[in-house]
Amino acid sequence: MIGYIHSKETFGTVDGPGIRYVLFLQGCPMRCLYCHNPDTWKTGAGHVVTADEVLEEYNKNKAFYSNGGITVTGGEPLLQPDFLIELFSKAKKQGIHTCIDTSGVTYDADNVSIVEKMDELMQYTDLVMLDIKHIDTSRHLELTGKENKNILEFSKYLEKKNIPLWVRHVVVEGYTDDPEDLKNLGRFIGELKNLKALDVLPYHNLGESKYAELGIPYRLKGLSPLSNEKALVAKNFILEGIKEVRY
Amino acid sequence: MKCDFEGWKGFEAGTWYKEINVRSFIKHNFKSYDGDESFLVGPTKNTMDLWEQVLELSKQEREAGGVLDMDTKVISTITSHGPGYLDKEKEKIVGFQTDKPFKRALMPYGGIRMAEKACKDNGYELDPAVKEFFTIHRKTHNAGVFDAYTPEMRACRSSHIITGLPDAYGRGRIIGDYRRVALYGVDMLIEDKKEQKETSRSAMYSHIIQEREEISEQIRALEDLKAMAASYGFDISKPAKDTKEAIQWMYFGYLAAVKEQNGAAMSLGRTSTFLDIYSERDLANGVYTEEEIQEMIDHFIMKLRLIKFARTPEYNALFSGDPQWVTESIGGVAIDGRHMVTKMSYRYLHTLENLGAAPEPNLTVLWSTRLPENFKRYCARISIETSSVQYENDDLMRFHHGDDYAIACCVSSMVVGKEMQFFGARANLAKCLLYAINGGVDEISGKQVAPEYRPITSEYLDYDEVMKKYDAMMEWLAGVYVNTLNIIHYMHDKYCYEKLQMALHDKKVTRWFATGIAGLSVVADSLSAIKYARVRTIRDENGLVVDYEVEGDFPKYGNDDDRVDNIAYDIVHRFMAHIKKNHTYRDGIPTTSILTITSNVVYGKNTGATPDGRKKGEAFAPGANPMHRRDTNGAVASLSSVAKLPFRDAQDGISNTFSIIPGALGKDDKIFAGDIEVNFDCVNGACGTPTLFEGLDTEN
Repeated sequence: MIGYIHSKETFGTVDGPGIRYVLFLQGCPMRCLYCHNPDTWKTGAGHVVTADEVLEEYNKNKAFYSNGGITVTGGEPLLQPDFLIELFSKAKKQGIHTCIDTSGVTYDADNVSIVEKMDELMQYTDLVMLDIKHIDTSRHLELTGKENKNILEFSKYLEKKNIPLWVRHVVVEGYTDDPEDLKNLGRFIGELKNLKALDVLPYHNLGESKYAELGIPYRLKGLSPLSNEKALVAKNFILEGIKEVRY
Repeated sequence: MKCDFEGWKGFEAGTWYKEINVRSFIKHNFKSYDGDESFLVGPTKNTMDLWEQVLELSKQEREAGGVLDMDTKVISTITSHGPGYLDKEKEKIVGFQTDKPFKRALMPYGGIRMAEKACKDNGYELDPAVKEFFTIHRKTHNAGVFDAYTPEMRACRSSHIITGLPDAYGRGRIIGDYRRVALYGVDMLIEDKKEQKETSRSAMYSHIIQEREEISEQIRALEDLKAMAASYGFDISKPAKDTKEAIQWMYFGYLAAVKEQNGAAMSLGRTSTFLDIYSERDLANGVYTEEEIQEMIDHFIMKLRLIKFARTPEYNALFSGDPQWVTESIGGVAIDGRHMVTKMSYRYLHTLENLGAAPEPNLTVLWSTRLPENFKRYCARISIETSSVQYENDDLMRFHHGDDYAIACCVSSMVVGKEMQFFGARANLAKCLLYAINGGVDEISGKQVAPEYRPITSEYLDYDEVMKKYDAMMEWLAGVYVNTLNIIHYMHDKYCYEKLQMALHDKKVTRWFATGIAGLSVVADSLSAIKYARVRTIRDENGLVVDYEVEGDFPKYGNDDDRVDNIAYDIVHRFMAHIKKNHTYRDGIPTTSILTITSNVVYGKNTGATPDGRKKGEAFAPGANPMHRRDTNGAVASLSSVAKLPFRDAQDGISNTFSIIPGALGKDDKIFAGDIEVNFDCVNGACGTPTLFEGLDTEN
């Protein structure tokens, strides 16, 4: 079984707990306005790797990952569920902590084959980081090109499976920073019993030059990176929503 | 030896009672400290006042163009200058190289031209009488070397295939065991040296004559050391009685060395755990408080920060600044299994908090997986906050050097007082590869520098052909390189002998014959390009290859890819094998280093385009680092490539310069890497919760 990857980061410190071997998988169905990895969009491109190759490389340097593990991100890693099943099942046999960083967009509760695969993958998954781009589905559509129905359903699915969940949210000025939307997001995720953490990410424009290289128009041109202070304000609105339903 | 000294009261006896043996003293008396940094105290008012004064003087020095004052007349010796102070009332530890701070000394024994130029380039004029004396009446190291150089050596030197040779300046890299001054007092050291002289062999072979002459010089240096200390009002003939004296005695030893020698690296040794034995005794007996001890250390470190030498702009360009390499080695593990971290290890690092970050002294942690967790975490925090800590692998070096070695310069390990090194600059292996391709003709000057081996004439480079020619060219280079160093060290011993530093060594000293490699990652990538891509040669009108075109991609060093990492390994091993074929001065044991931490820019500037796609004049990567921007798989992969290099062949050290942007150590830089354990207040490997992260575990 092969996987298509865009690249890897052997010293990942921001994608899950500890120091992690992070695999960026190639291909994504979403087209988020603020995406900083447009070079991972195209499917079937990138480099080919096998699960064994990945694990061999991981194990060579496992001393570094003693409190970390493997994270798959992308792109959208769940576009390649068969590869992930093989990689994670083998990783779990070796006691490696496994984490998926996903938008959840590929989930479809009505599609038996997708759910079956997900059921299998979740047996080997220690943590899901779910990036909820927007709680309002029409704004989600504007922002990403997709509705958020499957994504929210996916979070319920993970709750049912009791898979530890971190919710990530990128704060983009004028797009995802409306206090009421943020509180709504908080109210929604606050209900999820498997929610373990919230990770708020301020918008940055470091990916902009990649758009020029790829000849894709950058639709957020001119928007400045969000300050940590503003991101903190957004985080507090989400927490407010969480607290309303939790405590 | 007599052993009823007041300074030794309360210490456990051992071999160190019977012979000069600091390691035995440490082994019998040090206590590992497992606690954390909470005992540390901030700077005193005196410390802050003095540091304020230093900052003001530093500002004046910068405004004056880099040098505030310089001696142009008095030749620096251990006793040449009267005492100098910042503020006599406030300084707990005293002593400057000249009669006042920030005044650079005149040291012409390495070479009068360098000394003259250092004056001139900084706006001073050397006293003509001094110049005359060192031109006509007293030969210098530099003059001696050039009397003996062969035309080939001169050609290698001017084409920069061998660079940075210590033939016009002090070689440095020797660490006197300055602790001996504190533990034994100078009289006992003199006694010991006299006995060494009396017991030397009586058949006067030239090396025995040299040995006897050197020991006599050493004894005189020790007498001078006593006299210099006396000028500051201290009698250091007997063992130091308490922490303050121990620091002061030790510092006088070091100060005498930097009054006498302007070496390329004047390192301090491994002093913190030694001093801790004194401070633990004083704390237990109520002699000093923690505040007083930290103040002494702050003032000691402040002094080390103010070591200065008169140097030329070219020297500063080669070393990217004006470094002294006052390296101090901290921590490590004893061979009996106890770690050697003490409270004093913390106090040394704590000066970076009390006085602020600084490159000197070069505080170097001898890292082991077996260091206590508290100390590991403290080091990590200080590193993140000050970017001023160097790390070396104790688990690797302890195997070769035991538990009382220290680092000279940046990576050169040697057992303190028992081993020394002949510093050997570097051979430019990237240029050597170009010589292999061009049949020994320099790609920049067009001159025939190496022997006229047959050049490569094909348009595309063939790996096997290149390797065969490269190996032959490396063999030639190693020969001329080692023999150049033989001349240099012969002359340095003759005209610029480090008498004080060697007085603080045993009689029988192991001498490391250091060599060095520059351009390793350029060579590895070039050979990888030749092997895995296609490399086309571009020739000038004389048929000389002056540029290369790489067609296709190739594995690059720094990505944990064995295809190219094995090439790097192989080059180091081969070059070292060629080095070892040569005779070395005074039975020096050949070693090599891959550590061009600062001179990589200059080496690159003097090297033509290389087959890896690097353009003419572009900087090399520092030390054993991968080339800039070619390591694309993250830090672990990059470090792993470096870690594969064979230490056995590069025992003088392998350096990797690692800088990261804020945020790269996790959100708010709160992730600790490597073998630091995670404990209760560190969740998921992060210590403290980053601001934009919120743990929401309902069960916890």
